[in-house]
Amino acid sequence: MSVAEIEAQELGLDQSTGGLWHDALRRLIRNPVAILGGILVLTFVTMAIFAPLLAHGGPKDQNLILIAGGCCPGPSHAHWLGVDQLGRDVYTRILYGARFSLLIGIVSVTIGLSIGVILGSIAGYLGGAVDSVIMRCMDVMLAIPGLLFAIGIVAMLGPGLYQIMIAVGVVNIPIFARLLRGSILSQRENDFVLAARAVGVRRPTILFSHILPNAISPVIVAGTLAMATAIIDVAGLGFLGLGPQDPATPEWGTMLSDVNDYLQTAPWLAIMPGIAIVLSVLGFNLIGDGLREALDPKLRGRTGRFRQQSMFWFVGSGRRKAASGA
Amino acid sequence: MLRYLVRRLLLLIPILFGVSLLIFFWIRALPGGPAESLLGERATPQLVEEYRHRYGLDRPVYVQYWAYLKTTLSGDLGVSIADRRRVTYDIRQRFPATVELAIAAMVLAISVGVPLGFVAAKRHGGFFDNFSLVFSLIGISIPIFFLAIILKYIFAIRLGWLPSVGRESITSNAEHPTNFYILDAIIERDWAALGDTIKHLILPAIALGSIPLAIIMRITRASVLDVQNEDYVRTARAKGLPPATVDRRHVFRNALLPVTTIIGLQTGLLLSGAVLTETVFAFPGMGSWLRDAIFNRDYPVLQGGILFLAIVFVLVNLIVDVSYAFINPRIRYS
Repeated sequence: MSVAEIEAQELGLDQSTGGLWHDALRRLIRNPVAILGGILVLTFVTMAIFAPLLAHGGPKDQNLILIAGGCCPGPSHAHWLGVDQLGRDVYTRILYGARFSLLIGIVSVTIGLSIGVILGSIAGYLGGAVDSVIMRCMDVMLAIPGLLFAIGIVAMLGPGLYQIMIAVGVVNIPIFARLLRGSILSQRENDFVLAARAVGVRRPTILFSHILPNAISPVIVAGTLAMATAIIDVAGLGFLGLGPQDPATPEWGTMLSDVNDYLQTAPWLAIMPGIAIVLSVLGFNLIGDGLREALDPKLRGRTGRFRQQSMFWFVGSGRRKAASGA
Repeated sequence: MLRYLVRRLLLLIPILFGVSLLIFFWIRALPGGPAESLLGERATPQLVEEYRHRYGLDRPVYVQYWAYLKTTLSGDLGVSIADRRRVTYDIRQRFPATVELAIAAMVLAISVGVPLGFVAAKRHGGFFDNFSLVFSLIGISIPIFFLAIILKYIFAIRLGWLPSVGRESITSNAEHPTNFYILDAIIERDWAALGDTIKHLILPAIALGSIPLAIIMRITRASVLDVQNEDYVRTARAKGLPPATVDRRHVFRNALLPVTTIIGLQTGLLLSGAVLTETVFAFPGMGSWLRDAIFNRDYPVLQGGILFLAIVFVLVNLIVDVSYAFINPRIRYS
């Protein structure tokens, strides 16, 4: 056993890193900012899943006696965040609103991501005329400012929950398509691809185990950040009145637009759903930033400790291989 | 340079062609069919017939597209269903308002974001740096309309310092030859109207400028950190230039280059954000106009407005790209 190996063993550095994803996860949980983001998102998801258990009654339950004395009673023991203009518990509605925002976010990002990734891979991998046609179409979609494009789609499909999911998803398609195409193109020219080709690795293997794992990480980062923008965009469309047409639906953006008239007397009716939006969006933004740092191979040696560690690992494994070979 | 410009202009043609196709098919997909949806409730059988003939709706699709292109290129965007005015007339009224708002938001974002980002980078790792990062993250995470409501509540409703709706006071009888109210006030030398207009602009501009401000700050910070380690900066320090001069002449100027591209990329965000900001502040620009159009199912307005803004967006991006070539001497487009 060499000195370096003993040293590494004592330092506990000889564990296998388990590849890109394992490394990324380790970097991610060492990043306090990402952890804060994780906590926010986890809270948001918990709220969404366990809304019926945590809530005080249903989101559409009205108690008109509460607002008999005028709009609107503020926070109290029975109603933690107050009561809205129709006598509904704001705390309950925000909990159920998390369900809608999470659902809408996931569905719209999935629409944008899956179609965008397929188009982007086709364009990046095939190149030539197919690439030109797909990317020109994406350019046209990007030529219309995002929210206006979404409004146009909603005008065509009619307002409603599913319609705004589709609208926000479609607006995201060109963003993901461009990203993945650029990413694949730059990975294709990399030295490790050349090296793989030189030692005779087959083309599908090169694409799936060399190019895609490296090309997909910006998409994952963008996907997380897109969750944040999707929640904002959907709330924006809801605020404009294009959201669920049943006014009792507890969608955060719709809740905000409903109380515009009560701003003078009951500002918390607007502030509470607003804070809910800000915190969940902040959570996804923080995780997205953390993921960007964790997944970027160029940032791997960023902290001194980590650089040292990976160097040791490399030396150690090299020697071990040499030793086992001998 | 000239060749680059010509090439960029030629590249515009397929994009604008694509946008016109997209909007053309969008009109066809509207509920109720093109003639009925574009004419609205005044769609008498005669009018529908006349319209069908004018746009060749009874003829093959390519003939219809050609007819649509011809009318649109001649500057005819149709007539609004809600107020029966020409769409182009409303654009002339409302576009200046949005431009004024967008410029005010951008001026605010640049004049606050660039210095903040610069100072944050200079004190890298310090309290101010961390504070500015948190500040910018929150700035990106706040929905524009929520910030607008908060601003309106605090400064207009609670404190009563600033007006909460419109572009000018109802009592104002200022003349508006150009519809750019600030410009109008300066032309007419009407200083009271100028103050009034600026007061009405402050809150919407802060709301609309918040996200660009946060982004510009982050980019400036990252860019200054990057430039600081360049060889030419070290050379400048080594030859004994005072730190302030190094910052001004070498760091700052080079760090601003990426910031200029970001400014161009924000245009789409500003146009989207204008819809929400103008709605909260009842600001009579393109955004609130389009918002009303959705509710009135005013398809000619939606069609004309979106087409117009898409063209503006594409042109602004072109101008930014070209001016980038002027600002950055290292880039020579061939």
